[in-house]
Amino acid sequence: MKVNGKILESYMPMTVEGLVLGAGYMLDRVAVELNGRIVPRSEYPRILLKDDDSVEIVGFVGGG
Amino acid sequence: MPLPNMDDLDAVLSSRHSPDAYEAIRKAKIGIAGLGGLGSNAAAMLARAGISRLTIADLDVVDLGNINRQHYYLEQVGIAKVNATEELLRKINPYIKVEKHCMRLTPGNIPDVFMGCNVVCEAFDVPSEKAMLINTLLEKCSGIKVVSGSGMAGFGRSNDIRTEKLFADLYICGDGIDMEGAEGGLMSPRVNICAGHMANAVISLLIKGDI
Repeated sequence: MKVNGKILESYMPMTVEGLVLGAGYMLDRVAVELNGRIVPRSEYPRILLKDDDSVEIVGFVGGG
Repeated sequence: MPLPNMDDLDAVLSSRHSPDAYEAIRKAKIGIAGLGGLGSNAAAMLARAGISRLTIADLDVVDLGNINRQHYYLEQVGIAKVNATEELLRKINPYIKVEKHCMRLTPGNIPDVFMGCNVVCEAFDVPSEKAMLINTLLEKCSGIKVVSGSGMAGFGRSNDIRTEKLFADLYICGDGIDMEGAEGGLMSPRVNICAGHMANAVISLLIKGDI
């Protein structure tokens, strides 16, 4: 699959939640787009990613 | 000088921006969530550029510790930020329509607060609140574009602050570095650079649909 524009080989089934945590983000500080559509946060543990998926993860930082 | 009438203000902005560009700006409604360093400064820039309908939301009152970077003045300390912002915006355009929400934004009230906005500026300071607002807008308010500020603390490194399109309807301005890791804390010049990126992205989205 593609994550933030880079190819990621995954040999085990992975959920959106697993991907976000594995990439070092905190779940409550991100937004995730899957194949061009926003992923509702409640769906993170339920959606299994596929080889041809394209995922964008954005993490937010403090200050404003 | 007596206040100019609305037609005079329109004529000035229309001749400066070109009639087509000004029309796109004038008819838009823009939301600003959070009136701290990013939101208060972006609001003033947008009003100067001719935005005439703004929805602003913030829970806080102006504090002495805000004056180093936020668009307020000492005599406004203690006033609700939504009221202080409206007061300043009216000095730029007395005919501006400001919808004020002095409340905590939640997934439950965000769709109602920002309904009808073309673009919403995310200008909170706490990362989890930023994420909550952006997720709610993108999930529940289809058609609204979101411009978010993420990473603007410290000084120098002006050119590290960038505007990028990350999702179909999400644009991020900033350097992506948390304030905890930035020497100097939050300072007016760099916060204003980021607020300028945000306001500039809003104007560009209105006039040409992209950044």
